[in-house]
Amino acid sequence: MTFGILAHGAYLPRLRLTRKAIADANGWFNPALKSQAKGERSMCNWDEDVVTMAVEAARDALVERDRSSIAAVHFASTTFPFLDRLHAGIVSEALSLKEEISAQDMAASQRAATSALANALAGEQETLIVSAERRRARSASPVEMTTGDGAAAILVGEGEPIAKLLASASRTADFVDHYRSLDMPYDYQWEERWIRDAGYTEIVPPTIKQCLEKAGRKPAEVKHFCMPAVLPRVAASMAKTSGIPDTAVRDNFHAVCGEAGVAHPLLMLVATLEEAKPGDLILLVGFGQGADALLFEATDAIKRQPKRLGMRGHLKRRKEEMNYGKFLAFNDGIELERGMRAEADKLTPLSALWRNRETVTSFVGGRCSKCGTLQFPRTNICVNPNCNAMHTQEPYPFADEVGRINSYTADRLTYSPDPPACYGMIQFEAGGRVMIDFTDVDADALAVGQPMRMMFRIKDIDSQRGFRRYFWKAAPAGAREA
Amino acid sequence: MARGIKDKVVILGMGCSKFGERWDMDADDLMLEAYEEALGDSGVETKQIDAAWLATAIAEQHVGNSGVPLAQALRLPFIPVTRVENYCASGTEAFRGAVYAVASGAADIALALGVEKLKDTGYGGLPQRTRGVLNNMLWPNLSAPGSFAQLAAAYAAKHGVNSADLKRAMAHISVKSHDNGARNPKAHLRNKITIDTVLNAPVIAEPLGLYDCCGVSDGAACAIVATPEVAKALGKKDLIGVKALQLSVSNGLEAQHNSWDGSYFATTRIASRRAYQEAGIEKPRDEIDLIEVHDCFSVTELVTMEDLHISQEGRAINDVLDGFYDATGSVPCQIDGGLKCFGHPIGASGLRMIYEIYLQMQGRAGERQRKELPPAGLTHNLGGFPHQNVCSISIIGRHGA
Repeated sequence: MTFGILAHGAYLPRLRLTRKAIADANGWFNPALKSQAKGERSMCNWDEDVVTMAVEAARDALVERDRSSIAAVHFASTTFPFLDRLHAGIVSEALSLKEEISAQDMAASQRAATSALANALAGEQETLIVSAERRRARSASPVEMTTGDGAAAILVGEGEPIAKLLASASRTADFVDHYRSLDMPYDYQWEERWIRDAGYTEIVPPTIKQCLEKAGRKPAEVKHFCMPAVLPRVAASMAKTSGIPDTAVRDNFHAVCGEAGVAHPLLMLVATLEEAKPGDLILLVGFGQGADALLFEATDAIKRQPKRLGMRGHLKRRKEEMNYGKFLAFNDGIELERGMRAEADKLTPLSALWRNRETVTSFVGGRCSKCGTLQFPRTNICVNPNCNAMHTQEPYPFADEVGRINSYTADRLTYSPDPPACYGMIQFEAGGRVMIDFTDVDADALAVGQPMRMMFRIKDIDSQRGFRRYFWKAAPAGAREA
Repeated sequence: MARGIKDKVVILGMGCSKFGERWDMDADDLMLEAYEEALGDSGVETKQIDAAWLATAIAEQHVGNSGVPLAQALRLPFIPVTRVENYCASGTEAFRGAVYAVASGAADIALALGVEKLKDTGYGGLPQRTRGVLNNMLWPNLSAPGSFAQLAAAYAAKHGVNSADLKRAMAHISVKSHDNGARNPKAHLRNKITIDTVLNAPVIAEPLGLYDCCGVSDGAACAIVATPEVAKALGKKDLIGVKALQLSVSNGLEAQHNSWDGSYFATTRIASRRAYQEAGIEKPRDEIDLIEVHDCFSVTELVTMEDLHISQEGRAINDVLDGFYDATGSVPCQIDGGLKCFGHPIGASGLRMIYEIYLQMQGRAGERQRKELPPAGLTHNLGGFPHQNVCSISIIGRHGA
């Protein structure tokens, strides 16, 4: 038994906003944007945030794994929706992890995820590290162009790791290339050339050097160099300064999804672990008020990985979005007339949410111990008309069940932040059914019999009280086969 | 086996307000408008009424809870008044309360009144409201058209019907109801439309367009009922009575068990079968002369023709397109315009349906009167969603026949 990376997963929202759409909308004000109008950035649906993305990345990582051995969940992000509520706790509950685990949120730096990973690898517990980012950006800002939304998950622990940590090194310096304060939802950023020359160049190479020296490996041996940097050629320049071959520098996915902030180093690591061969050296660097460097070696086990969507699959699971107005609306960048139906009170009684957390957050239904009938939600009396036994319902998880559309509609009357509201009856192949919201669907392409899988999403946002509640929705299952 | 309600209770009088956007009226005014007509029709005085039932489904939009609003509006003399709510089937529920009270002998004369004042929401359609604490966390934000629209997808898939044929039959239903509503002075919508009007209307919830949906209206309707003995003592002749009154409520099977395919109303099938049994009807297609059904949406009416065991399963489209349910057809459906055009003030709707059967049986339906007086009629009052609903059926016929 060895300690190391046991599993990894990724998540990108399905929507990809073309940068041309951004430039077309804002180029009149900032003509420099036009030169960046290439490629696309991932963009959260209205019902996605860092919590929902982290859950999906974790589910991707945990495919075919028993979750009962997980002892800790660490969640890294700088865009948590709550200031005082444990997001790792929501993730843990959505994943139906056991209650006897530790959980913590890590924030406030772009290297929060690499630090979380380094900490977990320095420990002895089986730890799930999830990281996600959904950064808000001012219209016509460079950040709006270069960022994307996404999440990654890494499971470390004892077992047959696909990659082992050889060494890690960290440096800390209050180098403020950008910041975001409580008073302001957007980044304030300093000049890029200064960030490159005084930041990356001064901080990253010594950290890499220290890490490689600790491991006793030479820079030329590094096969995969994963370092997010929005500034062009910075990663290549760090590699060159450090003696790492230019061929080792990994694509930062700028063209296809943009930089997912804290989650981005892990996303690059996940993409690398999808391709690395046994013996490959992988150097991961996170930058932000200092730097973390982690050197991994891929093991033989990397050849035997379960089928996941991963980074590759999620890049393929995409829908081009040309509508910048929708991007603004989904990110509270514009005040829409939402109509009086949107005024309905979305209060969540917290005591009722707690009481029903297995149903709502974990999507656990029931299985009758007498007749075997599955049902959602769980009730006192079995729904099977030939059984109707009392108190026979055992917990049955539905989150990973595939279902089919039994009936559906695309509703233009009811309020939805992304009309039409699509929903319908999903019938699970194993048994059980639920009338439930759909997400990530094209209203025109819905059909009876269409296979659907469940995804963890925002159900409602209570803007009056600053609360949001989560639940599960049905999305086309096809993507899993991508 | 219970003995049923047949021939135990008769209708003394009925009333119905004009339905529509009654901007100048509160619920109190609507209640009185319906009540005055019923009172005049019955020949009794308020002080003779022993008990009353009030139906409102969305009371928070107008009168608020309890029986007090009815007692106050009509100055009922401190008699028992019960407010009932059972989704959109509330009207028939009030009727059921009054009829059962009379049948039990606890009351000689009872009043059932349904009212809804919906046009104070500020927007079209039914008001957005809570579904209950846990339901709010789980259910889609489903609208009425959005939930009923799903019948179309499931029906088409089950019977291999192409969507164009289905849409045409649905359009025929709406055109028919507008034709009928045009002849009803109390109806909310009195304009005639064409198939093209329906097919070209904006989509509300796929595949339902604007003209597949009923109106949301203000209005009230009521019935005063009594035992046949009391009615006779009052000098009433040609009594019209209750032959059957059935209610079936979903127990979660459709919502949770895969034995239901989404294309029909499990409750309607059960309630109508029980009602036929209660009334002694063996062949509903031949023995029922007139029907008023809960046509909240065209597709609801379509599948209901089968669920009432009048059209064969999978054959409703043919019957509809053949004109079987037109005003001049074999079994007219919604001869008063239905929810579609008479309008749908929720709490009043079930009573409005009985009101129409009652008028038609007496030859009092004016321009829309069926030539041959129907000896019996059926009402079907539904509330909720196809996967979770309340269905009530009444059969009204000549007392003693």
